[in-house]
Amino acid sequence: MAEYEAVIGLEVHVQLKTNTKMFCSCKNEFGGAPNSHVCPVCLGMPGVLPTPNEEAIIKTILTGEMLECQIAPRCKFDRKNYFYPDMPKNYQISQYDEPLCANGAVTLNLLAFPKDVQNDPKVNFDKKIRLERIHLEEDVAKSFHYDGASGIDFNRAGTPLMEIVSKADIATPEEAFAYLTALKQILIYGGVSDADMEKGQMRCDVNVSIRPKGQKEYGTKVEIKNLNSISAVRKSLHYEILRQTADVEAGVPIIQQTRRWDDGRGETFMMRTKEKAHDYRYFPDPDLLPLNTEEGLHQTAKSRLPELPAAKKSRLVADYAVTEYQASVLASEVALANYFEKAAANAKNKSAVANFLLNDYFATGGDIENIPVNPEFFSELSNLVEEGKINTKQAKEVFPKMVAENKAPSVLVKELGLSQITDTAALEALCDQAIAANPRSVADFKAGKTNAVNALKGQVMKLSKGQANPQVVGDILLKKLSA
Amino acid sequence: MSSPLYTESVASLRRKLAAKEITAVDVADQLLARIEQADGKLNAYNFKPDAAKVRAAAQAADLSKPLGGVPIAIKDVINVQGDPCTCSSKILQGYTAPYDATVIKKLREAGAVLVGRTNMDEFAMGSSTENSSWGVTRNPWDTDRIPGGSSGGSAAVVGGHEAFAALGSDTGGSIRQPAALCGCVGLKPTYGRVSRYGLVAFASSLDQIGPFTKTVEDAALLMEVISGHDPKDNTSVNRPVPKYTDALKQDLRGMKLGVPKEYFISGIDPEVEAATKAAIEHFAKQGAEIVDISLPHTEYACAVYYIIAPAEASANLARFEGVRYGNRVKNPKDILDLYRSTREQGFGPEVKRRIILGTYVLSSGYYDAYYNRAQKVRQLIKRDFEQAFTKCDAILTPTSPTAAFKVGEKTSDPLQMYLADIFTIAVNLAGVCGISIPCGFTKSKLPIGLQIIGAQWGEENVLRAAHGYEQTTEWHKELPGI
Repeated sequence: MAEYEAVIGLEVHVQLKTNTKMFCSCKNEFGGAPNSHVCPVCLGMPGVLPTPNEEAIIKTILTGEMLECQIAPRCKFDRKNYFYPDMPKNYQISQYDEPLCANGAVTLNLLAFPKDVQNDPKVNFDKKIRLERIHLEEDVAKSFHYDGASGIDFNRAGTPLMEIVSKADIATPEEAFAYLTALKQILIYGGVSDADMEKGQMRCDVNVSIRPKGQKEYGTKVEIKNLNSISAVRKSLHYEILRQTADVEAGVPIIQQTRRWDDGRGETFMMRTKEKAHDYRYFPDPDLLPLNTEEGLHQTAKSRLPELPAAKKSRLVADYAVTEYQASVLASEVALANYFEKAAANAKNKSAVANFLLNDYFATGGDIENIPVNPEFFSELSNLVEEGKINTKQAKEVFPKMVAENKAPSVLVKELGLSQITDTAALEALCDQAIAANPRSVADFKAGKTNAVNALKGQVMKLSKGQANPQVVGDILLKKLSA
Repeated sequence: MSSPLYTESVASLRRKLAAKEITAVDVADQLLARIEQADGKLNAYNFKPDAAKVRAAAQAADLSKPLGGVPIAIKDVINVQGDPCTCSSKILQGYTAPYDATVIKKLREAGAVLVGRTNMDEFAMGSSTENSSWGVTRNPWDTDRIPGGSSGGSAAVVGGHEAFAALGSDTGGSIRQPAALCGCVGLKPTYGRVSRYGLVAFASSLDQIGPFTKTVEDAALLMEVISGHDPKDNTSVNRPVPKYTDALKQDLRGMKLGVPKEYFISGIDPEVEAATKAAIEHFAKQGAEIVDISLPHTEYACAVYYIIAPAEASANLARFEGVRYGNRVKNPKDILDLYRSTREQGFGPEVKRRIILGTYVLSSGYYDAYYNRAQKVRQLIKRDFEQAFTKCDAILTPTSPTAAFKVGEKTSDPLQMYLADIFTIAVNLAGVCGISIPCGFTKSKLPIGLQIIGAQWGEENVLRAAHGYEQTTEWHKELPGI
């Protein structure tokens, strides 16, 4: 049996986060009663004219800048002609031969891959997926079909939509998963879109073909639609590659077609074959004058360039002395990194803050968008431990209350009566008590079993009701036993 | 006996209203009576003014405003909130405009009283107003003849004194040609001078709204009101609006007027040619300097126009399919049938012809040979004008190769009909401005128009030349038999 490899390219549509629609001043807002965010312009009434939303152009250029694209010197719009009930004008204002951004790339990273392959040594986690283009267009309305009738909600019609087209550089379903995850991360970083696939803010069409390993020519490509999550993209690709391989092995030729992913059944189904390419009769939209981007728009976009995930990760390691892994996780979400930087601002041990945030906080089931805690409390808590005022175990007792009540750790320590005993005289008395009560442990220690000190330490902690400073106790015990 | 009030110009009406010799309601009443008397013969209004509404608007008009109390008719292609806007097409039967076009807002702010929607060729495609779904409009000088088009209704209501002024739209001559044929003044402004927001688009890169008036002074008055930058129209230009009436204060002495040899060709009616040449001589006598110029790419204008305009129209008219507004066929089989049948029944033959033509020239494989090439030649035509205007202030040509023809005379031959616009089309392709003013009559008493073309933003020169001619001639004072 020949070995096959897949060739995958993705077309991603991204809804831009702007206040208003692409060519009119209606609100660009998800939800709302059907046809409540509409006006003559986005309904395509006779005589209306489009006026371009500069914020959408800036956000598209910003995306291009974040993804290392070349930015076009002018922003030119074209009309793409086809009849469809969710297209008010029966042409879509889009960009044809002059996309705002060309070329560029998305660089993958370990954490962008599915968890189950993050330890796979065969995976190239730092692969670059090249981009073909990014262009700006208007979104269409939404159709609803009822028994014997259809309804159209034009709230979405005319909202700004960015199309990001990758080159066919993607070789596995896992790379497709990582590409979308990394892309989404960057879009959120730039404040360009919330890029939530479930909400349709990011929509993905997949093109996939297979060919015998080593062959230069591409196989016949199949398009998959109806992919509502990043993991659905991965699953559908696994299914489709197996299906195509089985067909080729059985001598059944692949025909160019569009297939629909059924997430419930975990299979793709044929929607239609592509008889011939649709002729969209693109031509420059005479209602919109080409806009020079070189000065104002491009400069504004550049001034908004955020620190990107890779740079942020390096800086976190350098400035906060967190581990590489902690930095990767923190940098994977801009909100998380921002919160961490506030939380760690006054901490003596910043890595300890990262641990509280990444382990203890997420263990409570909370998320970063809605974290209810004053970030300064993280510094305060870790400093209490650092200064020996409470021990780690006590800190773990304080933590859930700090999260649940958004109360200062110092206040909680008092409320819970958790102050640590650091008074050496008092601790010496407790140590003497433990030594006297546990001759066996003392004998073990003297016989060379240094671990025996831990048993004694446990006794002292018990006697202090957990309030002794374990480090101080250890020091006293060692001193006394070695005397 | 003094002539009836409805024959007054806007300027003289304004003087009489200011002097309180008449009231705005008198004006409205007399005009309404005139429409009742004349429109049965002309069929110039698709929707005649509602008497009660017009009287109420006249009553409320602020006479201190530049057009306070002046009734103005609107071509049925411009949206007026709450009114129909059919573009003389069955496909827009029943449609009510949900908003005001920018020019309508400006007219309202200037105190004008809006009086009804005028007839036109369907979607402004035609040169005779015979392509209207609501019947042909008749020429007020001879009701056996067409008024020109596509703004034939607006030309006929002004030429026939059923309105003091009107708005029309001009894509390839649709203001100037009917103005010439109906004996009134019609001005096509520079592309970008007047907002297109609310004008149902035929060919977006060529369309401009402009005034029909009885005098050049009135055209200047209306231009002061309707011009100006509109943030809702991306192609409108942010440039101050001059006080156009000031341009009328200068006479013709020292003006350099160009005469292009390419506009005096075979096929031009001898009476039209004679009247134009006499007008040119008249300008010379009044102290203007006449210079010979050349617009070498003139012969390609018609071909270029009939590629670019239908191409844009094929997309602009795609929105008319019965889903959201206008006419829709009953019980379609499916969505495709709804589109096909609605458009099949809703559009007339000329509109279909141009949609098919435009769809063809944009098709893959033909785009470069037609649309792209036409755009390149359009640049050459534009350059012709730029070069010509280094030698002169304005250009004199006939407006139309013939006077008004008979109803039905050219309907069977679209190419003959297209040639009615050969002298006006290049002005739209170049984006410059032009006016048509009366410059004589044929032996059978049909008006002849003179076209004065100005550079981009050259309206002041055009108005000055037109006014200088008008003030030293009598043609504009003639009244039609209607």
